[in-house]
Formats: sequence, structure tokens, C-alpha cells
Amino acid sequence: MTALPPKSDVKLGLVIDLDTCVGCHACVISCKGWNTENYGAPLSDQDAYGENPSGTFLNRVHSYEVQPEQGTAQTIHFPKSCLHCEDAPCVTVCPTGASYKRAEDGIVLVNEDACIGCGLCAWACPYGARELDKAAGVMKKCTLCVDRIYNENLPEEDREPACVRTCPSGARHFGDLGDANSDVSKLVQERGGIDLMPELGTKPVNKYLPPRPKDTGNEIDILAPLLAPIATETSGFLGWLDRTLERI
Amino acid sequence: MNYTQPVVDTSPKVSDEIRKTTCYMCACRCGINVHMKEGKVAYIEGNRDHPVNKGVLCAKGSAGIMQVNAPSRLRSPLKRVGERGSGEFEEISWDEALEIASSRLAKVRADDPSKLAFFTGRDQSQSFTSFWAQGFGTPNYAAHGGFCSVNMAAAGIYTMGGAFWEFGQPDWDHTKMFMLFGVAEDHDSNPIKMGLGKLKKRGAKVVGVNPIRTGYNAIADEWVGITPGTDGLFITALIHELMKAGKIDLHYLSQYTNAPVLLNSNPDSDSYGLFLRDQDGKPLVIDRNTGQQAAFDKKGIKPDLNGSIRIAGTSHTTVFHKMAETYMSPEHDAANVAERCGIAEETIRRLAAELAHVAFEQEISLPIEWTDFRGEKHSKMIGRPVSFHAMRGISAHANGFQTCRALHILQIILGSVEVPGGFRFKPPYPKSSEIHPKPHYGYAPNKPLDGPHLGFTHGPEDLALKADGTAARIDKAFTWENPMSSHGLMHMVISNAHAGDPYKIDTLFMYMANMSWNSSMNTGGVMKMLTDKDENGDYVIPNIIYSDAYSSEMVAYADLVLPDATYLERHDCISMLDRPICEADAAADAIRWPVIEPDRDVRGFQSVLCDLGARLGLPNFINEDGSQKFADYADYIVNHQRKPGIGPLAGFRGDGTASGRGDVNPDQLDKYIENGGFFVEHINEDASYYKPWNMAYQEWAVGMGLFDAPSPYLFQLYVEPMRKFQLAAEGHGDRQPPEHLRERVRDAMQPLPVWSNSTDENFPIHALTQRPMAMYHSWGTQNAWLRQIHGVNPLYVPTKIWEANGFKEGDWAKVTSPHGEITVPVSHQAALNENTIWTWNAIGKRKGAWALDEKAPEATKGFLLNHLIHELMPAKGDGMRWANSDPITGQAAWFDLKVAIEKVDAPVECEPNIPAQKSPVGKGPKNLTWKVGS
Amino acid sequence: MHPAPSVILFSVLSGLGFGMLAWLGIGKPPVTGMSAFIFFFVAYALSVGGLLSATFHLGNPKNSLKAFSQWQTSWLSREGCCAIAALTVMGIYAAGAIFLETHWALLGAIGSILSIGTVFTTSMIYAQLKTVPRWNHWTTPLLFVALSTFGGALMTGQVTVAMYGFVAVGLIQLVAWLTSDNRFTKRGSTLETATGLGNIGKVRMFEPPHTGTNYLLKEMVYVIGRKHAVKLRVIAMLLMVVIPVLMIAMGAGHDIKAVIAVLSHLVGVFASRWLFFAEAEHVVGLYYGKRG
Repeated sequence: MTALPPKSDVKLGLVIDLDTCVGCHACVISCKGWNTENYGAPLSDQDAYGENPSGTFLNRVHSYEVQPEQGTAQTIHFPKSCLHCEDAPCVTVCPTGASYKRAEDGIVLVNEDACIGCGLCAWACPYGARELDKAAGVMKKCTLCVDRIYNENLPEEDREPACVRTCPSGARHFGDLGDANSDVSKLVQERGGIDLMPELGTKPVNKYLPPRPKDTGNEIDILAPLLAPIATETSGFLGWLDRTLERI
Repeated sequence: MNYTQPVVDTSPKVSDEIRKTTCYMCACRCGINVHMKEGKVAYIEGNRDHPVNKGVLCAKGSAGIMQVNAPSRLRSPLKRVGERGSGEFEEISWDEALEIASSRLAKVRADDPSKLAFFTGRDQSQSFTSFWAQGFGTPNYAAHGGFCSVNMAAAGIYTMGGAFWEFGQPDWDHTKMFMLFGVAEDHDSNPIKMGLGKLKKRGAKVVGVNPIRTGYNAIADEWVGITPGTDGLFITALIHELMKAGKIDLHYLSQYTNAPVLLNSNPDSDSYGLFLRDQDGKPLVIDRNTGQQAAFDKKGIKPDLNGSIRIAGTSHTTVFHKMAETYMSPEHDAANVAERCGIAEETIRRLAAELAHVAFEQEISLPIEWTDFRGEKHSKMIGRPVSFHAMRGISAHANGFQTCRALHILQIILGSVEVPGGFRFKPPYPKSSEIHPKPHYGYAPNKPLDGPHLGFTHGPEDLALKADGTAARIDKAFTWENPMSSHGLMHMVISNAHAGDPYKIDTLFMYMANMSWNSSMNTGGVMKMLTDKDENGDYVIPNIIYSDAYSSEMVAYADLVLPDATYLERHDCISMLDRPICEADAAADAIRWPVIEPDRDVRGFQSVLCDLGARLGLPNFINEDGSQKFADYADYIVNHQRKPGIGPLAGFRGDGTASGRGDVNPDQLDKYIENGGFFVEHINEDASYYKPWNMAYQEWAVGMGLFDAPSPYLFQLYVEPMRKFQLAAEGHGDRQPPEHLRERVRDAMQPLPVWSNSTDENFPIHALTQRPMAMYHSWGTQNAWLRQIHGVNPLYVPTKIWEANGFKEGDWAKVTSPHGEITVPVSHQAALNENTIWTWNAIGKRKGAWALDEKAPEATKGFLLNHLIHELMPAKGDGMRWANSDPITGQAAWFDLKVAIEKVDAPVECEPNIPAQKSPVGKGPKNLTWKVGS
Repeated sequence: MHPAPSVILFSVLSGLGFGMLAWLGIGKPPVTGMSAFIFFFVAYALSVGGLLSATFHLGNPKNSLKAFSQWQTSWLSREGCCAIAALTVMGIYAAGAIFLETHWALLGAIGSILSIGTVFTTSMIYAQLKTVPRWNHWTTPLLFVALSTFGGALMTGQVTVAMYGFVAVGLIQLVAWLTSDNRFTKRGSTLETATGLGNIGKVRMFEPPHTGTNYLLKEMVYVIGRKHAVKLRVIAMLLMVVIPVLMIAMGAGHDIKAVIAVLSHLVGVFASRWLFFAEAEHVVGLYYGKRG
């Protein structure tokens, strides 16, 4: 049913910390691995060992350079997958009902048994979160590891998306953004989490924590006294040394 | 209207079984859970219990499934049938392969064992492969440390008995300011990422010192875009500023370092610059309590940093006095180094001040009692929460050893090594250089070598020289050209063997070393050396045996190929005798075991060596009756003992409960498998810091078998063995350097680190490579998932050079060095040192290798900088060509590359365009839809 | 957006076909018997052929029947429903005209509305997409409907209507082009809003996530040179509007001028439609350092 469900209190999603992501692509591959073996058709690869290799990935890490008005440019690694929008345009455009948003937790999924592979949902998504798998002909997207997060065959601590479990630097957080007291909501609150392309009105559930201010080492005034010379040459230094050693 | 939605099975079965083993997708060696479905590998994730990665896993690790199904896997032993380099082979049986190898090697061993050069590359079993080489009796063994890490390892061990790389770690839980220098993102990578995550969570400051702002440097709170090769200059300026301001830890220096040790300061003495020692050979200090000299380790003394004494007309002053003379000099002032470093003077001063601020005004103190080696009890552990980490970026320079040493000096004057918040060693470190072995090279026909090949020299008497003064080793390690080359010089083996200098060899036997491609400087030259023939039409290097699991570029150059198993199909041990996986708080080791059986006619290389060793009758590989001693590598891992009670694995010894020391336990591997593939033994809290001087740690280490008796020692700010080499160069002693090296040895072997470099104005631009986090060496390309992330490698160009050349995205450039030229695609990067260009390492591939299509982007647009680098420097005025390496350790100076760049019309493909080699394994399938479960 | 031949073919041909059906439904021309058969055959060939060619764009056509289920929310589903309804109603109407020589006017009128409605729903598939600012505008349905209506007029011999209609089409097309050229910018989506990094400074792509290509780049990031686009616009306008109008003004009837008018118009619409896709920039291109 491609109407959006009634608003739910539970909004499961990811919080991605751009101040901590080192761009290692761990999340990209663990996602590829889990989702190739699990939910729906495998994520295929075309021309895998050839001239133009390409494949289906549900999560990709971009790298950007940001040039502040003053000072050095910054490099920012930017993982991107489905943001599980509250007003998900990909859902309402679907002609078959394959694309839907779950009523109980807000996860946006594709029912591959109903998908005709028309690609319109990918067109409707501003974020590039949906990729049509060339081998299966159906639309693939982040499932927020719906087959992990409730999976009773997994130990409780592993019931989180594969990308979150694997992230070495801890730049990915999973939780209920509908609950103001959840850890993820608090993180968003403390760090000023933001929406991507808010002007399009999609109301993404996933939030991004902006990088902390960088290269702001202008505390020389506070620090300068620390470098007041005790001597400028060897003999003076050794004299200071003798005096100081007496005291310790 | 009711909302209806499809029903999803949210609890599908995950796998039939989880098999826990150790990753081998890079050098990090994380624990992995291999999920099996129907006997096949279905999914790989990190092992939460494992000490290295605690559940996380990088891109490479998660892509392991694509490595064990890679079409590039070799399938059977191969015998060369075409010309070397062509890739023409026939498949042969293991019996035939082992017969070919053993008959040839038996002759070499009976005739002259030094005619075998056995070198291993990304080997994680060096204690075993060196054991085999010792049994064979050739002095010519080393792994790849000489072109990878030796400056860092040797500088660390000579200075403080332990090094960066994966052998130590910042105190992630307590440090408040962390400075990261030139870190390669493929060693200890998950622990570093996890550590950075911890720092970010706590809001500690991260400073990245690196010409390139990617990866870890991207998240650094402050990026210092230093000019390559000037780290030593920058660090000595920090030392200068801190000393000048008196912001140094005098207590730490006097108690735990050789700063108060007395040096002979009479320039006319033949002991000038050596330590004053007592009859037991213990270095002496002046005790401030008495004003008298005393052995450094005497209980209750207060070693005087500014002591002096005159004995028989010879004055002696302290190491610290020498340091003051050296580092107080205005040449080290921030103002005098700023321009060369590419760092503003104020920035250098501010960073020095920040270090001082955090170290001394944010001191931390843990309420933990401990007793030092002098017997003194301390009620708490004082910490200086500044920490440092560094890797290849600062070490792969001709001044790398001294740069690494300078960084250790900086850490030590701040009192921030082995203290809370500082830098911590991982067992078996800390360990003084003096209790490591010395190099051994005594060989004779049909005899094992007289001891381990590699070690630490402590003076000219330890050099591996023959009676006539020529090099005993084919790579000229431990000679006057590089007296402290503790890891050997793998990068010189092929060129020396080709030149017959110091002598010719018969067989070059290599393992996992892609020497004809990305693991050599001067790639084209190496390919020629491997295929050159003499006047009789015979190959100059007569016989090449190579073992690898995959169809690498080097396979094409072997006469005999021994196909290895992949990491999920074999036994291995990650041993404390080798490159351990310990944590600062724990000793740990691990195994690999065959979680799947090979589907090809391949064997684990170490098991093949057990077989080959027995066929050759190597004494350490046969029983008394001459039968094969170790059935395979697993048998060796369990049953071999280095010393009674000490084996490759420290866990589950004896009856299964002994750790460290204990009898052989036939069920040891099962115990490891039961325990998740690893063993870990935690260090008690009272032994957790101050380890070199902490008796609780020393005793724990003896119990674990790390050494045989407590061995506390002082940090060596001043490295006396270097002074011994210098003294020889000044004409003292009976072992003298050759005249052409005398000046170089004297200049290079400075016992206190100072910075030096050379410049060539025709080639003003620094050229570097970095390893992407998602790839390891050349391995990533055969991996269908990873190669999509990095299938080509543009040359990144900083704004200044970009604009000066009028480059646009999509343009190509010709890059020239004194040695060669390449034509490659360029791309712009603003967050880059303005005189530096760089690219990702080892993405470029030779056509026909790795089972890829010959039109693969890696082979047409990917490229290597290696073509621009020579293993020798351009000729000097005297016509001599010195090695392009550190004159102390011989480490390959990859990062000294200087180039010129110009825009050119786009060629069809990158140049040089090396012709294809024939693939011995064919090509991979077109498309992949990999799902093993139903 | 990638100018996929199947989609261009579909939307142009079916637009023309439904345009014809719309005219035939209101009895223009009031054909019966054999000549009705020929008109309806051409109209059905175009509309059904177009629809079939659109299915080549589907990754998994076996589920196509499900596409009629979501008419409440999905313009694509509405298009399917509308098309089936139009074809069914007009089929009955055509049967009356061909076999009974009868025009069921009410049925025809409903069929006409459904036919134009089909074209409208098609256009709304594009016009609804906020992610493609160039399409996300009232000119999109207007242009589609106008092209269909007056192309249908030409095909059904309503040459005068067609002539004045084409002038209108030309104007609408011009307005569509001119107003859409800066719509992406006006909407305000930039790499800065896409990444949220704008408060630090100017953002540029450093490295793409993968060095190779992917579905998104192939499907939604198509870069056309500006000069090339301008040239094609001129050609499209000439062929789609100017030449047919001239031909009609010169008295096109059952002659070569009419053939020229039809062919010229058809090729012109193809060019216009190709540009409709090729010039349309999807916001996702921002993430790849490309607008478009």
C-alpha cells in the first residue's frame, strides 16, 4: 500500500557523525555482505572482473572537500543510505504497492514480490538511496536491517544494522528518533543534528551530526606564557636545571 | 481506512554455524565470525570478544567472502614452460613440484647454502619461515620490513624498547591531546579507528600532521599539512621550544631515561661519547643525594641530569647536557624551520605550548600503587595525557630513522611514554634492544645457520661482514652501508643478485612478495633483472621459486609456483614470537584454522615448508630417524618449542590451563577454536603502566615467557651503539668502514637525532602514495566488491600546482623524476600540502594479472609511482650510486621521491604501458549474484 | 536524466496515439467503416505500441498487473488505469464506428477525456517530481497535453486546429524552456544543502563513493553540453512547430506537404522529448559533484 501509514511514534533510523567518520567504507561492504545473503535478491555485480565493474550497493561513502572562507580546506567523508523519510516520496509514487513505509517503526521497504522495476521511486528520491538491481530487476534499498534488528536468532547485542555493528570509529548510531529520550535523539540534540536537503520537505528520519569546528587553534594568547623562555642558551638552561632540580 | 502492509520475516535464520578465526585481509589481524550456510561461507563479521577489533570490521575484512571466491586463486602447482615473465605455465602435481624444489635446493645446501635467498613478503609467519631458513643454513633470509617499517621499529626499539606501528598504542582512555604523524591506514587500522572514536566521544583534541588531509587526518581537529620529509625538523623545533621554556618532565628524565648517564666528553679520547660504566658494565650517573657516581639502577639515588665528573683527566658530563647543547641551538628555533616545514612559526609555537599545557597543567593521576626497578614504592601513577602515533609517513625517508628517534625524544621529554594518558607498549614490548638477538650469518654446507638471521647491532663487531670485509648477506644488511638494518633489505635482493654484488645466487625463493610490480622500486628495472640472461643464454638469476595464493604479477616470473591456500582454508598462528596482536592491557595471540577446505590443488605454504624441510633433511624438520617431524603447520604450531615450555602459542598450554610457559598440549588448537580462535591474558592493574621499570610487570612478563628474568632498562635518548659506529668512522677500533663510506657513517650515526635531507631543484615537487583504507597492497583489486571502490587512482594535485598548470578535471599529466616518467590522470585536492602530489598505492595493475580483463581500469588508468623510484640514488660526483634508503637501517626511502609535472594531451592509457602477461587462471565470470543460502 | 529511448518512444508515440483517439472520440473526423478502421488502427498502434515500449523500461515486468492497484497515490498507476480505461472505452466506440457505422457520442466524449487524461497522468509522473526541478512545473502537463492534442489534430486531419495549436505548442515549449532553465537554482538545492556542510564553506566533490559507475549515475545523471542543447532546441522548434505550421499554411492536404508536416512534427517532438530528459537535472547529481 503506497499511501503513507498514519504517523508512528517509533521512528527508527541512523545518526551519522561526520566528525568521526574516517571514510573507511567498512559500512559499505558489511551492508553489501549482509544484504547479498539476506533480505530479497542478492546485490549483484556486473562486469565484476572486467572493464566497467558496477554493482548494487545500499550504502555508499562520498568524500567532499569544504573550503571555509578563511583557512585550510577540510575533507569530509559522507556515508549515505536511505534516510527513511517521514514523508517518503519514493513510497507514494510506487504504482504497485511494492514500496511501503512500515507503520510500526517507519522503515521504508520494497516488497520485491510486487516490484516491477519501473525505477520511479529512485527518481522520486532526492538522496540516491535506491538502486535497481540489474540481475534481479527489482529495486533495492537500505532495509535498516529489518532482518537483524528484531532477529531472535541473533544475540541481543547484535540486533542492530550491519553497518552500525561494523563501524570501527563508532560514527554510526541506530535508535528510535521518535523517542526524545533515546540516545540517538540526545546526540542529535547535543550536536545539532541536521536533515539533508530540508527544502524538499521529505522529513528524513536519519540525521547527520555536523563536523565540529576545525583548525581553530587561535589560543596563542592563553598559551604564550607557557613558552616564556627560562633560558635562551645552553649555559643558562643548565643553570635553570640545577636550580629546578634542587626543588624536586 | 486500515493501513495494510506486507509481512516481513524479521527473524530469519542467520546461518547454520559460526566459525571463529582470524582475518588476513590486511596486517591488522582482527577476529572474525565466519557464518556458514550449507558448508559455504555466507557472511563475515567482526568477533565481539576479540582483543583487536572487539566486533568491528573494516571493508576489507567484510569483503573476505569475495577473496576466498576470487577467480584469481591459483589452482595447482605450476611449472614455467614459456619465457620468464610471459605467464606460460603447465600445471604439475605436488609430488613433481616438491621433487623439483628439493632436488635443486639440496644441491645448493650441500654446495653453498648462501646461494639460496629466501625472502617473504606479507608473511604473518616470520618466526616460522626464519626458523626454516635457519635450518637450511642460508644467511639470506628476511621478510619485508626493510622496505616497510624498519626505521620505525628500529628507532623505537633502540630508543625505548618498543615502537609505534602495531606494537604500541596511545592510552585511548585517558589521553587528552593526540598527535598523529603520517599513519598508514593498513596497520592496526581498526584499533586506531576505534581509538579515534573514543577520543572524539570524549572531546580530546586530535592533531594530524600529514601532507595530505584524508582518512584519519580528515577528522583531526587540527590539520598540519607538513612538507614531506621535514617531520624531523618540525619535531626538533618542538623539542627546542619545550626545552627553552623548561616544559619538560625532569623527574621522568632523571629516573627512567639515560639523560643523567655520564658521557666521556674528551674529544681526544678513543671512548669519546661513550658511557661511563662500572666494572659490571652498568652506566653511571651522579647521585644528587651524595654528589658521587653510582650505578644507574641503585636504590634510593636521585640521578643528576646535570652531573659531571672528572676521572683521570677525562671530563664526563651527562647525556642531558649534550641534549641541551644540541637542541637549545637557535637552528632549531621555530622561526628557522617554519618555511622548510611548510608550517607557520606561530603554529609550531602554539602546538608546543598546547603540548606543554596538556602534559603539565592537565596532569592526571591514577591511584595505583607500584614499585619501580630500584625498589622504590610509588603511591600513584602520574600521567601526562599527550600521546603520539606514527607510521610509514615519517619512516620511509632517508632521514626516517632519526625522525622517528626525534619523535621518541619529544615523547620522552614530555614524560608521556608508558604513563597514563601517554603512549603504551603492547607485550612482548617493552623490551630493551640489548636483550634482542644480534644478527647471525655463520653458514657452512649442510649445516644450519649459527643463530637467528635478524637482530640488533650494538657496534661494528656485530656487522655481518666476511673476513674480507664484504657483505655476508645478499641484501648487504648489517654492513657499513646500513649498520642497523634490523629487518634486512628485501628491496635490494633482486638488484644485488642480478649484479652479482656481493655474490651470485642460485635460487631466489619468495613468498607473498609482488616484487615485479608494486612491491619494488623501479618496477620496470626489476622485471628486466628477473628476465635477463647471461652470455650463455641462462637467466642471470638462475632459479626462482614463488609461493602465492593468487595470480599476482610476480607469478609470471617464477620457474616454479607453489600455490598457497587462502586465509580461510589454512592454519596459521599469530604468535608472540612474531608480530603479536597484544593490547596494552593484555597479552594475546590467535590462530587461523581451515573453516573451509580448499576446492583446488593448493596447500598452505607453511605446511609445504614442513614437507620440503623434511625432504631436505633440515635438522629442525626431521626426527632422529630421519622421518618428517612436523606433518604440517598445525603440527608445528602445537608441538614446536623455542625453549622448553615456550611455543608459538602462549595459550592453553600443558593441561590446557597454563599460559605463557607450559608443556605441549596436543589439544591446544581445539582449545583455541573453542575460545573463539584467540587467547588473551590480562595484565594486572599495578603492572599496567611504567612497564619498563615496573617490577610487577617485569615479573608478569617473565611468567608469560616474554623474557627469562626481569629486565628493566632506561630509555635511550642517546643511543650509544650509534656512537660506536661513529667512533669507527673517526678512525677508532680495528673494524673500519671503507673509505668511501667513512664520512657518511660519521654523519649518519649521530647518537642524538638531528635532521638532514638532500634537495634537487630540478624536481621541486614531493610525490607520495597512500594506501586506501578499503584496499591492502595489490590484493583489493581481485575482490569484486573492493575494486568498485578503488578501480582507478588519479594523481591528486594541490591548488597551487593545479592552477599553475591550468589543469581541469579529466586532464592528464606527465610526471618526471630523475629516474623515469609516467603519464597519468590528475584530479584536484585543496586540502593538500602545496608542494605535494600523491595517489593511492597499488591500484594500478599489469594486464593479465589477478584474473582481470585486460581492459580493466586498473590496467589502463591505474598506475604506480614505483616506476619513478629507483633502488639507487642518481650518481654523485664520484660516480658512486648509493642506495635510495636510510643510511642507518637501509629502509627504502619511498617517500623521498621528488618530481616535476606538466600537462599533456590525454593518451589512450597510462604510460608506461607494460604488455600483458598470460593469466594462468583465466578470467573471472562476467556477473556475480552471490548468495550461498537458499 | 538519462534519455532512455524506450521512454521517449513511449511518451511521444502514445501521446500522439491518445491525441488521435481524443479527436476521434468527438467525431473529428466523423469516420466510419473502413476509413474509421484505418484511423483507429493508427491511433491504437501508436498508443498501445508506446505503452508496450515503456515496458522495456521495467526491470521486472512480470508483476505489471499490480501496477493498476495504487491509483489513489501513484500517477504511474493512474496512468495505467487511465490508459486501460481510455483504450477500452474507445475500443467500444471504435467498434461502433467501424462495424455499426454509429457514433456513440457520450461514450466517445468519455473516451476523449480519458485519452487526454492518460496523457495528463503521464505528464504528472514527471511533473510531480520535486527531485527534478525542471519538470516540477505546470508547463510539463500543459506541454504534454498540448502536444498530444494538436499532434492528434494533425494526424486526424484537423489541419487548421493543428496549425493554430502548433503555434500554441511553440509558445508553451518556449515558456517551458525559458522558465525551467534556472528553476534548479531557484529551488535552492545545492551541494551545500545536500550535505548540510554549507555553514562551513563551499563544498566540492573530492572522491566519488566508487570509481566506477552505478545505477544512479546511469539513470539520473546525464550531462549534456550547453551549446549542444541550444542547437537541439532550435532544431526541435523548427521541426516540431515551424515546418508543420508552414506546410499547413501552404495548404497541406492529402499531399506530400502533409507527410512532411507529420514527419517533421514527429521528429521534432522526439527531439523535444529527448531534451526534456537530457536537460533535466536530478538533485541526486549534486552528491556526485554534477548538476544533471
